Amino acid sequence: MSTTPTTLFDKVWDAHVVQHIDDGPDVLFIDRHFIHEVTSPVAFLGLKNRGLSVMFPDKTFATADHNTPTINQHMPVQDPLSANQLKALEDNAAKYGISHWGLGNPKNGIVHVIGPENGITLPGMTIVCGDSHTSTHGAFGCIAFGIGTSEVEMVLSSQCIMQPKPKKMRINVHGKLGKAVLPKDVALYIISQITASGATGYFVEYAGEVFENMSMEGRMTVCNMSIEMGARGGMIAPDDTTFAYLKGREKSPKGAAWDSVLAYWKTLKSDKDATFDKELNFNAADIEPQITYGTNPGLGTGITKKIPAAAEIAGSENSYKKSLEYMGFQENELILGKKVDYVFLGSCTNGRIEDFRAFASLVKGRKKADNITAWLVPGSHIVEQQIKEEGILNILTEAGFQLRQPGCSACLAMNDDKIPAGKYAVSTSNRNFEGRQGPGSRTLLASPLVAAAAAVTGVVTDPRALMQ
Amino acid sequence: MAYDKFTVLKSTAVPMPMENIDTDQIIPARFLKATERTGFGDNLFRDWRYNPDNTPKQDFILNNPLYSGKILVGGKNFGSGSSREHAAWAIYDYGFRCVVSSFFADIFKNNALNIGILPVQVSPEFLEKIFKSIETDPKAQFIVDLPAQTFTIAATSEIAVFDINTYKKHNMLNGFDDIDYLQSIKPAIQAFTEKSFY
Ligand code: SF4
Repeated sequence: MSTTPTTLFDKVWDAHVVQHIDDGPDVLFIDRHFIHEVTSPVAFLGLKNRGLSVMFPDKTFATADHNTPTINQHMPVQDPLSANQLKALEDNAAKYGISHWGLGNPKNGIVHVIGPENGITLPGMTIVCGDSHTSTHGAFGCIAFGIGTSEVEMVLSSQCIMQPKPKKMRINVHGKLGKAVLPKDVALYIISQITASGATGYFVEYAGEVFENMSMEGRMTVCNMSIEMGARGGMIAPDDTTFAYLKGREKSPKGAAWDSVLAYWKTLKSDKDATFDKELNFNAADIEPQITYGTNPGLGTGITKKIPAAAEIAGSENSYKKSLEYMGFQENELILGKKVDYVFLGSCTNGRIEDFRAFASLVKGRKKADNITAWLVPGSHIVEQQIKEEGILNILTEAGFQLRQPGCSACLAMNDDKIPAGKYAVSTSNRNFEGRQGPGSRTLLASPLVAAAAAVTGVVTDPRALMQ
Repeated sequence: MAYDKFTVLKSTAVPMPMENIDTDQIIPARFLKATERTGFGDNLFRDWRYNPDNTPKQDFILNNPLYSGKILVGGKNFGSGSSREHAAWAIYDYGFRCVVSSFFADIFKNNALNIGILPVQVSPEFLEKIFKSIETDPKAQFIVDLPAQTFTIAATSEIAVFDINTYKKHNMLNGFDDIDYLQSIKPAIQAFTEKSFY
């Protein structure tokens, strides 16, 4: 055995290389494949046209989430195109013997929420899905990333994809997070510092005290946002927090199988002297609650700061000005106090129980502001159930909020949950591109606490001011 | 999806000299609800090409009969944005086989190669020469020679050499894609799974 120090990424990658092609990609074996209604139908069509079958149906899991309505899920889906995609997924899953948690199934939810909560996602796996935020699963020490439809067809037919090995970057955040600073703020802060393309070409490992002390749900939020800094994915070494989270989950190994796999999982960390192509260091003390003001996730700042002048922004001045124009903002303005119309709590970034707990902790005993339309969308039925069982629903209802049914919802606005043109949304999702939450919508990305503060005051508000 | 072999292509070209042509412009999100891979060519650059009432926009290049061909020439950072493979499908289905630019977004380049579009990266100076040549003569011919890895402006015989990895080149020359390759190594994959415990 070689004693060269290796990174966590290399350990997992190398364990999955079926074949290395000179001056070409690696053939990488995929342990888990998630599919949903939008990017899978054409892949299945490809299989049919070539007369191929699904090689390992038990390694693929299907859920309906991107297109689905978040009210009246017991009723037929109104939009014929969406209904058609949902039907195609159901038929394809049935035809090839793939597990399918469709609408109405008690385990249905957003693909990147249900994988971990049911123990489908396990440390050291390679995981892919036709959705770029597949990086979420990296929180468990997995190599997880989004793929295109041809690659979905590859995985279905051969359980492999062909990938060149990316470069490696480690991002360390040292120290302890301040009051009201959540994992989402850590992610938004890093992206604001390195820009939305700062990690292009890299796979990121997050390390340091902040991530060591972070819950699994927080780690998922951070890894989820890796793609927004341009990275192919992000990962965190599994530790006792990871193992405690996984123990007893539906598909987690049990008994002797658990013990043997645990011994392996404990080896999944970067060796002490392992080297990275790039290494970055940040201090937790520099991070306050964050909010974005522009049309890419890198255009964000501390909530008490002003919108920077174009001259302070690296890159094209013209596109920065165009971005502010789209948002209806000016250089050097304070973001605090800006009027908000919509609040969206949800998505695979912040649609888990800890996010609802944080939101509820702040709206408790307060009332929803009259000018706010709030969409609170749990990431899964299991999250929805927890919200009810923990009494969070009562808190929300008393404060004048309603809970919707699980799905991607306003994260990409493929269903009816669209922010109207010109309106401002404080959103816990992951992208603030032009029109992402509906044509003309204006998105301010933030944490569940910042979303809650906006929901009860009607304007952009520092949550710390409400937490005395 | 199988595609036609690519060896040597001689064609006129369609110029789009703007930077950052992103996948949302190439194929807007509302066309992602299809369950089949047909008709994407009709929606290529949909919002640049058609008015809201579906009449063609007269000033858009694809609506100008002077310009046609199997080569699309775009400005820097072509194909940025989301990973939707539909963008590459739309370009292929419309009839393009080669896209030329001075820089391609990573995922687009991958997707293009996967479905049989050859992305040719040339220097910014050479890209200017191509645009210039089309400006002088909309019927100017270009030669894309994949075996030799060269792109030639026929009128001036100026040549640019482009990069492509050996594996992808072999695939394009033979009309193979990754799925064909993976099918051919199935025994190795099967053997690999026997030692995998997930
Ligand atoms: S919530 Fe958004 S990012 Fe997450 S899977 Fe759905 S569409 Fe993708």
